Amino acid sequence: MVPKEAAIVINNLTKRFEDVTAVDELSLEVEKGELFGLLGPNGAGKTTTINVLCGLLEPTGGSASVGGFDVQKEPSKVKELIGVCPQDTAVFSYLTGRENVELFGNLHAMPKEKLKKNTEELLRKLGLLEDANRRVGKYSGGMRRRTNLIMALVHDPEIAFLDEPTVAMDVQSRHAVWNFIKELKIQNKTVILTTHYMEEAEELSDRVGIIDHGKLIALGSPEQLKEKFSAKNLEEVFIQLTGRKIREEL
Amino acid sequence: MNFQRVFSLVKKDLKKMIREPAILFLTILFPIILTLAFGVSFGAIGGTQTTTYLIGVVNMDSGGPYQQWSQHFIGNLTDMEILNSQIFSDNETAQADLVQGKIQAVLLIPEDFGQSCNSFWEAPTNSSHWMNTTVQLYLDSGSMFATQAIPPITQQVLTVTVYGIQPTDIPRPIQIGSPSLVQAGRTTMFDYMAPGIFAFAAIFLTMTVAQSFADDREKGLLRRINITPTTSTEFMASQVVSNMILALIQVALVFAMAYLVGYRPNVDVASFVLAFIIMSIFALCNVGFGLITAAIAKSSGAATGISFIFIMPQMFLGTFVGAGLSPSAQAAGKFVPSYYVTDALTSLFLRGAPVSSPTILLDLSIVIIISVIALLIGILLFSKYGKT
Repeated sequence: MVPKEAAIVINNLTKRFEDVTAVDELSLEVEKGELFGLLGPNGAGKTTTINVLCGLLEPTGGSASVGGFDVQKEPSKVKELIGVCPQDTAVFSYLTGRENVELFGNLHAMPKEKLKKNTEELLRKLGLLEDANRRVGKYSGGMRRRTNLIMALVHDPEIAFLDEPTVAMDVQSRHAVWNFIKELKIQNKTVILTTHYMEEAEELSDRVGIIDHGKLIALGSPEQLKEKFSAKNLEEVFIQLTGRKIREEL
Repeated sequence: MNFQRVFSLVKKDLKKMIREPAILFLTILFPIILTLAFGVSFGAIGGTQTTTYLIGVVNMDSGGPYQQWSQHFIGNLTDMEILNSQIFSDNETAQADLVQGKIQAVLLIPEDFGQSCNSFWEAPTNSSHWMNTTVQLYLDSGSMFATQAIPPITQQVLTVTVYGIQPTDIPRPIQIGSPSLVQAGRTTMFDYMAPGIFAFAAIFLTMTVAQSFADDREKGLLRRINITPTTSTEFMASQVVSNMILALIQVALVFAMAYLVGYRPNVDVASFVLAFIIMSIFALCNVGFGLITAAIAKSSGAATGISFIFIMPQMFLGTFVGAGLSPSAQAAGKFVPSYYVTDALTSLFLRGAPVSSPTILLDLSIVIIISVIALLIGILLFSKYGKT
């Protein structure tokens, strides 16, 4: 069996903020075309890991490469390959949904025709086509989050970082996004998905990694983890590993 | 540099200007309202109305034997359209009104005025026979227009009263210098203020730029743009272009509004082009100040407050507001860029200096140097501390 090519390689990655270690010698590989669920309680280091991988934060120690490019040495190459859907919705409220999407397509220097085609297709798939010419400031929370996701993917990135893309969405919107993410998998895109919804991770992920206090504490497919920890579902695995204590976001 | 990225960011910023009510007000409506308000208050709509000066006249010679001379003098003063004469029965009341700013000058005609005039005409060639006297003139020192315009006008009226409308070529024992031709009636207060108002409007770009950046940062939008392949150079280029466009629109609207309220500087197209160039460069200076503010400020609210560190000195020391300041405050104005912008525009529009005038070129050079420094510091600080 030929080993699959790694899309993301993380070696002993450490990120400290003053006296807080957000990511603690994390090592991980994500294969090309894999949908990887990155799970963990609040403040576990998920978003920090993503921010390092997309070049927003410099690691304190260790290294990471995305698509074969070192995130520190070649951040511009990395940025050409990736699409990032941030945890907090970041949209220009005075632009329309379509204008927001087109802006980010242009920032990725997409050809006009392709940008127009992708914009229409994604707006349609996520149910925003009818409202595409309304200003985002008038959108509901769910519509904003869907726009947030489209903006990250309009340029057809090889590697997508989706940081809690379905948080605060209603059931219909969430299922629409799930179907959309499944399509990315069919298109052989590499996806890193962070979520607090265990059923979402179980439904979508090829493998999941659970991190806590910046360390990787479990890694495997949802089935492997359920079997290993004799759990009915991924949520039980999560609780067994991270405890029941309520955490606060750092 | 990828122009697709730059152009799309410029387009976004211009849409923001039109669609965000707060920015629309501060960058477009505020300068228009300001110009309109000052133009209507201090200008002459239509540009042809004559300014008049209110002058108090105290005639101490009203009961004398040759009182027809003083009556004749007052009559001539009243005939002058530029003067609005008000007769006072005593000097104290007139002086009180002058101190209170109700009138701009007091003219005190002495008791022996008629006798003096009469003595001259009795022996025009014999100076030993003349009775010398002095007409006192008190001026409101707070009114630069009154101090400049009233003395030559009264001197002119006095000459006509004593020697007649068409003085002959016969040598006269009393020599009164030919009065200057005063054209104050064609210049309104707004003409003096307009260059400062143009600079005043652009100063507030500091606040809009700082607020805009701080707001985009708070909402995670700068961070999001930072994840795309857009380089810092492309991003900053888009900011420079969009703010220059904004400044040009702002200046064009302010000029148009000034024209509507009667502002008619007697200058050529080259002067207007240079004024636009100066204002565009000054806009970049304020973008630089805005970036510095955004780099320091933790939130858009803080950015508003901090931006006044740059706005207030420029506003008070370098625009029309500074005209009434003390000499030391006016000297301090030389440390703010708006001073040089106002000075250059004043030279162009009020003094009628040509575009190649050394004064204007020096002002322009200083504005360019300050703007480049402010913009570079702004870009460096914002790139290091302000983006995330």
